[in-house]
Amino acid sequence: MRQVFWTLSTLLSHWRRRPGNFAALFVGLAIATALWSGVQALNAQARKSYDQAASVFSSGGAQSLTPASGATVPQDAYIKLRRAGWKVSPALEAAVLIHGAPYQLIGVEPLTLPRGGQLGGQIAARAEGGDFAAFLAPPGQTIAAPDTLRDLGAKEGDRVALDTGKILPPLRSSALAPPGALTVDIGVAQTLLDRPGQVSRLMLLKKPDAGTPPLASVVGEALRLPPPGEEEADLKRLTESFHLNLTAFGLLAFLVGLFIVHAAFGLAFEQRLPMVRTLRAVGASTRTLGAALFAEVALLALVAGGCGVIGGFELASALLPNVAASLDALYGARVAGRLALDPVWLLSGLGIALAGALAAAAGGLVKTLRLPILAAAQPFAWREAQRRFLRRRAILALLAFGAALAAYGFGDSLYSGFAVLAGLLIGAALLLPVLLSAALRLGERFAHAPLPNWFWADSRQQLPGLSLALTALLLAFATNVGVGGMVEGFRQTFAHWLDERLAAEVYFEAAGEPQARRIEDWLKRQPEVQALLPGASASVRLSGWPTGVIGMAADATYRDHFPMLDQTPDAWDAMKRGDSALISEQLWRRLKLGLGSSLDLPTARGMWRVQVVGVFPDYGNPKGQVRVDIDALSAHWPEAPRVSYGVRVAPAEAPRLIAALQARFGQDIARIADQAAIRKISTRIFEHTFAVTTALNTLTLVVSAIALLASLTTLADMRLAQVAPVWASGVSRRRLAQLEFLRIVALTAATAIVAVPLGLALAWCLVAVVNVQAFGWRLPYEMFPAQWASVLALALLTAAVAAIAPILRFVRTTPAQLARIFANER
Amino acid sequence: MTYGATIEDARTPAKAKAQLLRVSRLRKSYATPQGPVAVLRGVDLTLESGESMALMGESGSGKSTLLHLIGGLDTAEAGEILIDGADATRLSDAGRAALRRETLAVVFQQFNLIPSLTVRANVAFQARLAGRFDPAWTDELIRRLKLENLLERYPEQLSGGQQQRAAIGRALAVRPRLLLADEPTGNLDEATADEFMALALDVVAATGCGFLMVTHSERLAAKLQRQVRLSAGVIDRP
Amino acid sequence: MNAKALAFVLLALGSPAAAQGFAGLGGEAAGFEQVVPGKPLVFPQDFGAHPTFRTEWWYLTANLTDETGAPYGVQWTLFRQAGTPGEERSGWANQNVWMGHAAVTTATDHVFAETFARGGVGQAGALAQPFHAWIDDWSFSSEGDGLARAKISASGDAFRYAFDLAADGPLAPQGDGGFSLKSDEGGASYYFSQPFYKISGVVTLRGKEVKLKGLAWMDREWSSQPLGKTQKGWDWFSLHLASGEKVMLFRLRDETGRDFQAGTWISAGGAPQKLDRDDIVLTPLAQNEIAGRTLPARWRVQVKSRGLDVETKPVNPASFMATSFPYWEGPIAFDGSQRGEGYLEMTGYAPQAQR
Repeated sequence: MRQVFWTLSTLLSHWRRRPGNFAALFVGLAIATALWSGVQALNAQARKSYDQAASVFSSGGAQSLTPASGATVPQDAYIKLRRAGWKVSPALEAAVLIHGAPYQLIGVEPLTLPRGGQLGGQIAARAEGGDFAAFLAPPGQTIAAPDTLRDLGAKEGDRVALDTGKILPPLRSSALAPPGALTVDIGVAQTLLDRPGQVSRLMLLKKPDAGTPPLASVVGEALRLPPPGEEEADLKRLTESFHLNLTAFGLLAFLVGLFIVHAAFGLAFEQRLPMVRTLRAVGASTRTLGAALFAEVALLALVAGGCGVIGGFELASALLPNVAASLDALYGARVAGRLALDPVWLLSGLGIALAGALAAAAGGLVKTLRLPILAAAQPFAWREAQRRFLRRRAILALLAFGAALAAYGFGDSLYSGFAVLAGLLIGAALLLPVLLSAALRLGERFAHAPLPNWFWADSRQQLPGLSLALTALLLAFATNVGVGGMVEGFRQTFAHWLDERLAAEVYFEAAGEPQARRIEDWLKRQPEVQALLPGASASVRLSGWPTGVIGMAADATYRDHFPMLDQTPDAWDAMKRGDSALISEQLWRRLKLGLGSSLDLPTARGMWRVQVVGVFPDYGNPKGQVRVDIDALSAHWPEAPRVSYGVRVAPAEAPRLIAALQARFGQDIARIADQAAIRKISTRIFEHTFAVTTALNTLTLVVSAIALLASLTTLADMRLAQVAPVWASGVSRRRLAQLEFLRIVALTAATAIVAVPLGLALAWCLVAVVNVQAFGWRLPYEMFPAQWASVLALALLTAAVAAIAPILRFVRTTPAQLARIFANER
Repeated sequence: MTYGATIEDARTPAKAKAQLLRVSRLRKSYATPQGPVAVLRGVDLTLESGESMALMGESGSGKSTLLHLIGGLDTAEAGEILIDGADATRLSDAGRAALRRETLAVVFQQFNLIPSLTVRANVAFQARLAGRFDPAWTDELIRRLKLENLLERYPEQLSGGQQQRAAIGRALAVRPRLLLADEPTGNLDEATADEFMALALDVVAATGCGFLMVTHSERLAAKLQRQVRLSAGVIDRP
Repeated sequence: MNAKALAFVLLALGSPAAAQGFAGLGGEAAGFEQVVPGKPLVFPQDFGAHPTFRTEWWYLTANLTDETGAPYGVQWTLFRQAGTPGEERSGWANQNVWMGHAAVTTATDHVFAETFARGGVGQAGALAQPFHAWIDDWSFSSEGDGLARAKISASGDAFRYAFDLAADGPLAPQGDGGFSLKSDEGGASYYFSQPFYKISGVVTLRGKEVKLKGLAWMDREWSSQPLGKTQKGWDWFSLHLASGEKVMLFRLRDETGRDFQAGTWISAGGAPQKLDRDDIVLTPLAQNEIAGRTLPARWRVQVKSRGLDVETKPVNPASFMATSFPYWEGPIAFDGSQRGEGYLEMTGYAPQAQR
């Protein structure tokens, strides 16, 4: 033990003399851990929220009636059910942002809530304090857990504003409140969320008995009673791809971070070989040395990993609002609450840091332990070693490409999609030094003047030391090109698609059928209304997959505008006949249908067989969609309310029409918005979805820039000895500094140039493989040369920034320091 | 290719037995945590073209420092270093680079070949840099230094003696006016050292340049025309 | 007289007033309309809700028998309570809270249910013309004009009932033409009854359908401040005498002063006559332990001026309503100077531990 201690402290003394190397190691490991554990924290928080959200409403196995389609139903359904003897309690839930952080707003009706449940309990607990009436009487109360209050930075009685500007009722603390939840009266929630007269769920307090009329006879198909666990299962299935994507990016970032660690460790082991020899010579056994080396790695993993875990926590806290917003918008999954420092997560973060550090250090460790005590006479044979290194790399790269190809050829899942991606990236990473080396050799061959010749030859010698950093950069640049290309491609496609899909100028939903008829009659008499496009919907499950059936009129508007991927020539006429349907791309892929295939739709009156006559893109929809003629829909689902409308008017007339409708019909209209508003909401969903991707992307780039800086810094000491003879032969320091700078910029630029095709391959892989598997839709593959140029510029800038410090240091080296290289008395 | 200013004086052909090097009142000290330590306290030294001189002294007496100052690798605090009558201490960084490139050549104890270049490229490097690469002369050097079979090798693939032969080849390929050597045999065994010295003196004689060598070895020093001893920062007067 | 409704709702809402016992009922009523003597009842308006008053209730109790002659009791109650005074607001902002109680009692069984609803959204309410009071699927509605013919229904965990009601006598204003004094301090309510209902229908009790018929008594009462500060509970009787006469009696037990008593004698033809406070003697006889409380099981009931002197006994001594605010309410039979049946309500008997 004493031996290990002294050996360890001797080994550690190395770092004191190489603070730059230590910094690279530390930062690399910390960042790798931070990115990985940050993503893990986000995923864990989201999953915890799904469970929590479910348990809030389903404590003790209680079930809820949920809207068959859409997020809410008119509260009229609640009244109808209560008056038919159904013991239900209404709730309206949604994610809200406060200071950019997500919370779950829950509107409840306390009188019908079971006192024993969590929601009722928290209010009842407050009531014992003598303040129950205050929950109902204006301004009401917001009940929240003490932790939630702390997160809000508020105290009891404070009124907190939502980011929308609406103000919550005064806060009250209750230990029974679900974490991250803000419970208010349902009426207050409807006002806060701008959902007057709408509820999102009806909690079933008691199974209806024999004398209670069946659900469908009371509210038609507006509500359904999902089997226990279905809600959570759907949510988990729908969000799985999202989390997998997040995990993949976290893993990529982690690997890039480990590249730094590997480089820093490798260098340290190399530099410490003489020290290790001496230690062995004075009697440290291989076991002692092994234990000391392992302890060193473990210590570093603990310290750097600890910092990384904390950083990951901060990262996750910063990204949580975006993750929450996109999960809410895409899947209706509510993620709320504050990230908690979970000990299990903390330990697993440290564990991954240790595993990563060990993996990164393994090569060096083994090499050090196998080191013969007596040094071989000849100096390190870098040229031979490099040749072997490159050959091995090339072989491994080919293997990785082969694996990617195999995964593409034989795989049929999101995992195989990621395998393609991984194979491609790893292969390219392995191949990069081979390519760069070949390019440099070519340069060396064509350079005859001594200095350029030396420049190329020396760059080639530098390659192994820089290749890890350059590889990290390659991955970062390639993901930037790839992910950037995908996001940009999606942005354009999505915008265009929205333009076509949002053909009508005004959209509204009536509060009920009778109201819808009245509004329809009125609108038909308005001269400015060019067309009225009614819609209705029903929900079905196709092969277990939640699917919406939308009824639409085969109006000229749709024929002209509705975006299609593929259709039969008479698609719209066939649909109008009522025996044909358009299906979404997701459905087309999942059910492997083609034009002309028949599709059985389960209705209350048995199967309805329709023919598929068209496939349309339905970006962002996690569920399937079938579009049929509205009259055919009404025939098969008579209870499906016809309450949704699109109205065609001149765009300038839209605001006036909305105002007129609101003034005239007021509460009869559940929702109304113009095209611009819907476009804005959709675009915001899109931005949220990719905000996380973009953030991780940028972080990866930053990490690789740090890797380059770290490599250059650690190499700077060795460089001096390599450059000094050239200097002694009569090349000025300024000139040498210029060449050093040029070398790094050239290598980085070459890396960026390799990154562009790799990025394009990556983008293709993302749009054609990963996205299709993850979301069920395929984006058009587009190229954005301007983006490549910006990545190239970014690369050069990165190189310049990373190179500037070591080069300044070189320029500042005094002749005395350089001369000392040649001094005998060293 | 030229780098920085050229020094016409250094290039003008010297008169026979003209004074090639004159060092006067040269002073140099190093900063240490205990305060500045004077290494050279007023060194005076002359060397004529074609003359060879051994510079001796105990470890730490300042031999290498003196050699580095003469070689334009370092700068002095006071005093003059006249090489062919021009004062090297007044030169800029670029000027010193040109001096190193075109007038001087240095052979180090650690050989200090350029690791990324072959023996052939190493030998030709400085001559090419100075723009006076002479294939015939280089070939002759290679033959005389017995480097013919090692030309495509890299420094790491050579033994110490082979490396030092390549280093002296590089130094002489440029036809320097003054060859400086800092314990060139310090890393070689006695037999190899003797063989190297014989070769070195042979080629030095062939170029007619001045030769200043720092050495510990009385035996090797005896092979040179003059011997001076540095102690406590000044040249011992014999 | 059922003023317990106030207590229920206040307790349910956890109002500070509840913490002060029934004092709250006599406490802050500012902003609500006050009960004043001399104001005539107006029909059909007074069948419906009175949102300007703080509280009101619709109350029906029935004594029935099955085909074998076994006795049953049935209760149907709807309460309304306003949280704050002022213009009635629409939607969830409405300040009214509604509460329903329903029960079925036999000699060996007693089942009950309780339900709550917010005003303003349609889950509960009371309309005057045609009369319809409801909460959830519980309903009390007239068939045609007035209250002479009506239907009533309710359900709970173990029971469901639906009855037809037909009155063979007029509505009976209580107190002075509907002004019913409740305390010496002036607490009062507007109060009228329909004691002449014949009732028939079907109850499904624990899965078993039973046809029943008998007599029912309906109370309608509204107020803003009915009780005195020290009144802690009450005992209330509605009696159907074999002679066809109907009697309502109550005693408000006072913590400090003299108990407040009142009653009405209604002739078989429907003419009500207010009874003097000292004319009524209510004497608890045997005590009974139930739900941790000691309650009178049997009473001696006397109305001296009418020569009434009977002893009541419950159909089921365990007719306890373990609702949010617990009380005893159930059918009784009596014997003595007259025979008959009726309903008894006893509130404010604290559990032993709290005595």
